[in-house]
Amino acid sequence: MTPVVDVASLHKSFGRVRALDGLDLQVGPGEVHGFLGPNGAGKSTTIRVLLGLLRHDAGTVRLFGEDPWRHAAALHRRLAYVPGDVSLWPTLSGGETIDLLGRLRGGLDPARRDALVERFELDPTKKGRTYSKGNRQKVALVAALAADVDLLVLDEPTSGLDPLMEAVFTDCVDELKEAGRSVLLSSHILAEVERLCGRVTIIRAGRTAESGTLAELRHLTRTAVSAETERAPEGLEGATGVHDLVVEGQRVRFQVDTDHLGSVLELLGRAGIRTLTSQPPTLEELFLRHYGDHVEDAS
Amino acid sequence: MTGVGTLLRSHLRRDRWMLLWWVAGTVLLYWSQAVGTRATYTTDAELAEAARALVDNPALVAMTGPARALDTIGGQVAWQAGAFGIIVLALMNMFLLGRHLQAEEESGRDELVRSAAVSRTAPIVAAALLVVAADVVTGVLVVVALVGYGLPVAGSVVLAVGLVGSALVLGAAALVAMQLTTSVRSAYGITGAVVAAAYVLRAVGDVGDGTLSWFSPIGWAQAMWPYSGDRWWPAVLFVPAVAGLTSLALVLLHRRDVGSGLWAARPGPATGRLGAWSLTWRLQRGSVLGWSLGTFLMGLAYGSLGDSVGEVVGDGELARDVLGVNGRDVVDGFHATSLAMIALLACGFSVSSALRLRGDEDGGHVELLLSTTLTRRTWWLAHVLVTAAGTAVAVVAGGLGLGVGFALTTGEGSAVGRLGLDATTHVPAAWALAGLALVLHGWLPRATVLAWAGVAGCTVVLFFGALLDLPSRVTHLSPFEALARVPAESWSAGPFAAVLAATLLLGAAGLVGTTRRDLG
Repeated sequence: MTPVVDVASLHKSFGRVRALDGLDLQVGPGEVHGFLGPNGAGKSTTIRVLLGLLRHDAGTVRLFGEDPWRHAAALHRRLAYVPGDVSLWPTLSGGETIDLLGRLRGGLDPARRDALVERFELDPTKKGRTYSKGNRQKVALVAALAADVDLLVLDEPTSGLDPLMEAVFTDCVDELKEAGRSVLLSSHILAEVERLCGRVTIIRAGRTAESGTLAELRHLTRTAVSAETERAPEGLEGATGVHDLVVEGQRVRFQVDTDHLGSVLELLGRAGIRTLTSQPPTLEELFLRHYGDHVEDAS
Repeated sequence: MTGVGTLLRSHLRRDRWMLLWWVAGTVLLYWSQAVGTRATYTTDAELAEAARALVDNPALVAMTGPARALDTIGGQVAWQAGAFGIIVLALMNMFLLGRHLQAEEESGRDELVRSAAVSRTAPIVAAALLVVAADVVTGVLVVVALVGYGLPVAGSVVLAVGLVGSALVLGAAALVAMQLTTSVRSAYGITGAVVAAAYVLRAVGDVGDGTLSWFSPIGWAQAMWPYSGDRWWPAVLFVPAVAGLTSLALVLLHRRDVGSGLWAARPGPATGRLGAWSLTWRLQRGSVLGWSLGTFLMGLAYGSLGDSVGEVVGDGELARDVLGVNGRDVVDGFHATSLAMIALLACGFSVSSALRLRGDEDGGHVELLLSTTLTRRTWWLAHVLVTAAGTAVAVVAGGLGLGVGFALTTGEGSAVGRLGLDATTHVPAAWALAGLALVLHGWLPRATVLAWAGVAGCTVVLFFGALLDLPSRVTHLSPFEALARVPAESWSAGPFAAVLAATLLLGAAGLVGTTRRDLG
């Protein structure tokens, strides 16, 4: 099956500023894909290239197997987009804006629209200029979620939403996932990405730093283990993959490369395990690892 | 008053180029009148003869102001540049205030500033100080330029005081407008209407018995009689007017919430039936109506001068130069000039409307709109259609106003339809300037503001082309000059088609550019 989004070694410069510098991104059908990166990494630029607003300099970009620059309008029949910074028309009411975007996307289901307005507790009669940031976001979200499309492109869609509305949003994405839609979710909220996304791409300075399923990415990182054993464990010191070892009598704490978790646990087993906790790495740690590199590069 | 100094410094830094252009432009306007008049009438005898032809010409009086001491260079400068100088400076004041108050509030940057150690009135005080400083500097430089040219000191100072005082009154009116509405666009609309009203009131007053001129700050400045009596007492009127309007603005400021005007936004419908085409009309209909009302009223005012225009002109050479009369009635010449002026005023709509494409990009709307099945071409066409239609409506409304005014004064009812139809022949000029804006938008999106330079150039050519004796290869760049001066000349298809073709070419080039470049 053709991937919904297929971007390979994408380059885009604005004058002398190199915004994208060999970016790769793939989103398969029915996949909820997390798109992570620090501010200014090129997430929004990538999305604008995908929408056909920007023309890329080099590399390939395919949306549903076609070139988004040449076939923008036709491809847009199959997608809905929520920008990171939603700006509405000051004199149009929220309801008018939702219906306008719906019509421009090729029609929306009024029942679904009304249900979403209700779920997001949006007052559709207010004028664009009087909405708060969160409410502007809701207008764009309702318009996008009510559209019958194959792909949703969401650029930091929950920034400005309160926790209750974030939960509603999470439910909506779960429903999309069940219905087999694809979602490209650019976000800073790692818990949200972790909760929703099957695969993630982490970018840095316009380049893909890491891409894969969460399980694959975790594989590359360390698990935190703390245990209490009957005897002082032997052979941990110097064992491959063990880091930051702290031994306090029969208690041990250490980090272990996830690859070597099995063999290290065997060592612990020989000492007789009483209690054991192990924490898989959070996405936050994955992210910080790359972001940390970024800081080092800069300094 | 905490924060005023910091804000003022930041304004000066952000505006330094903009201020330079406005101030230099205004000073140049006055200075060039002095030089231009001397170049046209090399001897005092020529000047005196021209003055006799000008002095009782109501059409010219309506365009500029009361004719006094026209046999002197100073009198000519005050007469030709006085009203326009005030309008230019008043517009500068309006844009400065809008840029630092309303636009900041609309974008939310104002909130950021206010969250710092800045008092509630600091932004308004800083912006007002900026305007006062810019106006006073302009006034001083006008005096320096004119005295440097060799005009009397007293008259030059009176002229500059009138200019600054009048511009400050109109600026204070802009300050009030900005407390009333939530959008900078509406505030500009209200202020523009006030400036236009001040201009038209004095036009009608100057041609009539002069009473109406006293209701206009431009009239006060001209009542100071620079170079021809140097009266100081009308300047007293500026003080209560500026103080009163500024106090009103401050009272309103304290009575409203930051971020919302005194006129609160009303709730709208919960559902809508807008599409790509109806959207642009919906967003611009208020603007089309406002500009059409403006051109209609301007036409009405000039039309109401009726036949009196033709009574006294005689066959003065300069009157023929200015009005371009070609063997036809002087009234027709006046109407042709009025229609060209109406079309020029309509450029305010046509250019700002064409530049809404750029506004869609800056405002982030284009991202949302073009993420749908809407194509770039349709988005562009939907905008441009409203621009073209709105411009035509505004120009024809001005022609109808001219006809209605003329019919009311003379009883000649057929003038309404005739002048309404004549107005259509001036429409392509206003379209052509929108075409310039479109081509800039397509190829030089960061330089779209240059479209206004086109409007300014056409203004100079229309009002001063004959007086300054500009070479025809310069004046013919203006579409207003290229078109036949209907009704003074009969309609001719050649120039009309040429301007129309140039407009279409510019538009098409703009569309090609827009479909090829990065948007947003």
